[in-house]
Amino acid sequence: MFFNAVSQDPRAVNVDLQTDAMLQVDISDALSERDKVKFTVHTKSTLPNFKQNEFSVVRQHEEFIWLHDSFVENEEYAGYIIPPAPPRPDFDASREKLQKLGEGEGSMTKEEFTKMKQELEAEYLAIFKKTVAMHEVFLCRVAAHPVLRKDLNFHVFLEYNQDLSVRGKNKKEKLEDFFKNVVKSADGVLVAGVKDVDDFFEHEKTFLLEYHNRVKDASAKSDRMIRSHKNAADDINRIFALLSYYPSNSNVGTMFGGFFKQKIEARIAADEDLKLADLLKYYLRESQAAKDLLYRRSRALVDYENANKALDKARAKNRDVLQAETSQQLCCHKFEKISESAKQELIDFKTRRVAAFRKNLVELAELELKHAKGNLQLLQGCLGILKGNT
Amino acid sequence: MADTARDAPPEQTDFHELEDGEELFPEPATTQESQPASLAAEDISTNSNGPKQDSLFDDDPEDLFAEATEEVSLDSPERDVLLSDGPSPAITPITPPTSVITPRIGHTHDDMFTHSSFDEIEEEEGGDSFDIHISVSDPEKVGDGMNAYMAYKVTTKTSISLFKRNEFAVKRRFSDFLGLHSKLASKYLHIGYIVPPAPEKSIVGMTKVKVGKEDQSSNEFVEKRRSALERYLMRTVKHPILLKDPDVLQFLESSELPRAVSTQALSSAGLLRMVNKAADAVNKMTIKMNESDAWFEEKQQHFENLDVQLRKLHTSVESLVCHRKELSVNTAQFAKSAAMLGNSEDHTALSRALSQLAEVEEKIDQLHQDQANADFYLFSELLGDYVRLLTAVKGVFDHRMKTWQKWQDSQMLLQKKREAEAKLQFTNKPDKLQQAKDEIKEEIEELEGKVQQGERDFEQISKTIRKEVSRFEKERVKDFKTIIIKYLESLVQTQQQLIKYWEAFLPEAKAIS
Repeated sequence: MFFNAVSQDPRAVNVDLQTDAMLQVDISDALSERDKVKFTVHTKSTLPNFKQNEFSVVRQHEEFIWLHDSFVENEEYAGYIIPPAPPRPDFDASREKLQKLGEGEGSMTKEEFTKMKQELEAEYLAIFKKTVAMHEVFLCRVAAHPVLRKDLNFHVFLEYNQDLSVRGKNKKEKLEDFFKNVVKSADGVLVAGVKDVDDFFEHEKTFLLEYHNRVKDASAKSDRMIRSHKNAADDINRIFALLSYYPSNSNVGTMFGGFFKQKIEARIAADEDLKLADLLKYYLRESQAAKDLLYRRSRALVDYENANKALDKARAKNRDVLQAETSQQLCCHKFEKISESAKQELIDFKTRRVAAFRKNLVELAELELKHAKGNLQLLQGCLGILKGNT
Repeated sequence: MADTARDAPPEQTDFHELEDGEELFPEPATTQESQPASLAAEDISTNSNGPKQDSLFDDDPEDLFAEATEEVSLDSPERDVLLSDGPSPAITPITPPTSVITPRIGHTHDDMFTHSSFDEIEEEEGGDSFDIHISVSDPEKVGDGMNAYMAYKVTTKTSISLFKRNEFAVKRRFSDFLGLHSKLASKYLHIGYIVPPAPEKSIVGMTKVKVGKEDQSSNEFVEKRRSALERYLMRTVKHPILLKDPDVLQFLESSELPRAVSTQALSSAGLLRMVNKAADAVNKMTIKMNESDAWFEEKQQHFENLDVQLRKLHTSVESLVCHRKELSVNTAQFAKSAAMLGNSEDHTALSRALSQLAEVEEKIDQLHQDQANADFYLFSELLGDYVRLLTAVKGVFDHRMKTWQKWQDSQMLLQKKREAEAKLQFTNKPDKLQQAKDEIKEEIEELEGKVQQGERDFEQISKTIRKEVSRFEKERVKDFKTIIIKYLESLVQTQQQLIKYWEAFLPEAKAIS
């Protein structure tokens, strides 16, 4: 299945005013194969690091994850909000449905079969578009970040036209990850208890914690709401399909048929999904990334304080003072570096968040209006015919 | 509902007048289903007072012409007619025997009409126009525990001279309605009248009400039943013959009604009914009728197709009602969640916008609820009614087959007896011969009478069915059209509200900076 992704997002445009170099990344094409998706990553850049000004490579999901993880593990980037990794493409549900349809082909009329097949294919396409968009957003965020865009791994990712030979994590590594996460969250709790002197960060901590939880809840509830909406839309569609058999007055039949073809309710549900549900899902992940940043900073703070204590102890005992001093200096430096960039990152996060919500909420309202007006027109047209046709 | 009280003497039910304050269940404001009955100028003769075989049909000749429909050819079964009249050579013409009135040309049905018009004597009743309106209201729980039941107030407003007064009310319980239907069915179904079926029993629903659970679902159940009873009565009285039936009149007018015990599901009458139904089903499979009239075959096919379509539609609408209710619940939950999110958002303008979004979603939730109710009461219930009505229609066709079978059986028997008589001529026992000959002659005479009667019955039921079917189709088209218009209007309202809400929200969203 071929699909040409369209970069709708302004996040795709990046102009680095400082170095006067342009770096623009998008996913120009994508191919869905049996159990993987191949993304064509297209780059336009005037940066001197690259051999050409414009080039493309093919990447798979695992390679995106590798890139993301390399950022997370890089100590240099501890003070930045790492753009959240795109979720794994999940066509399982859709594939299952298509398969079931294929199996049940004999038991329904050709018309029904074609119709259902079209619907399922449209669903598949929608999921496909979404996963492409999410991978693209990740790349664009990296390309927009003043520091991350210079990352070597990122450049390799963009330019190296061979397979990166990044295999997915095997069981052992996944288990290691699991334990790491457990340790991290336990640590996170400890570290969160440390009161921060800095008001800004103290406020951010409290805010982010609550915000993250509420976004999680809103995201789950919006998903449920939209799923119900899709179910109702399917029913409405079926009803209009049945009603469109109205031969005694072909005008009315055509009207009902029009409802059926337009599938307005289904589109409303799809748009709500795009503008509302996806927005919330994205900021769920971003707020988690912001929380991670705060965690790293708190961790650094704790290390710094511990290093201070160790230094005092060493001075008191007059043993290993130099070592303790070096260690303390390192921790101090690390902490201050993180604090500095973290502040800016969090401010940027807020700006981005507000802009994204504004854009999506406005678009949501506009789409809802457009569909409601379209619906209204169809309905009134239908009523006119029915009432006039005594 | 299950009247589990099985004591022998039918109790005189005490209906006491309901004072306004006593309403246990708030009566919802909707009475959308009870349309003022207005069949165009159908006259009612006071003579037909029961299932007389040669009952007099009254048709205003003007109406016939207005209603004559074009024959629609059925191209393929699926394209069948949900909302149109379907193939129906209209109504039996009544004018002078020689002219054929129906405007279509080249249809063999016309022969049936011309020949049958000899038999019809039309009588016109001067004065009365069809004007009767029945409402079922004020459901009131009477009694306690498992012996409790709901009493409904049945109010009739009418100007028809059949009734003693213009406006009157009585109290009835569900089993009374079932009893009425049972009586009408036994009187009229087998001669070809489409008797509207009564609403279905629901043991679960009623038990909840009896037990005293005054929650949402038992309120909904009572309302659903009240509405169904009202529609049932209206359909029944719209039928010109049924309206004049003394049982119907008694049901509407008399303050006390003997309890209909035989409607209990587990009574002996109930069991007998079930056995009969099973026997019927078997018999139906074995009757192979020589259909000499293509009209009946076509109509039966038409009703089969209609049945399939209606059931499909009904299922879809029921599914929609269910999903919309779900949607309403989930929207409300999302609204709350969005409000919380707005609270924790520290950018003021965004926070405000999110709160506004939450409000919009709350209002939309209410819209969904109202829409779900409309879906249900307007659309789903109507479809359910028609699915059940179609069963009655099919039943009537089956009765015609049975009548035909009876006629054929008598004929075959007559044939045999005649053969036996012929054989008798050639026996050689003179003493027994005369006696036997006389016996057979008697039997033959009797059988000849039966055969003639059978043929008359068959023709009569065929004629009745034609009339009934055309009346049914007319009503159906009208009903559906009215309901669909109402439903679309409710949808229009919803969309208009949605536009209002989102238009109010848009500037808030744009104000985020």
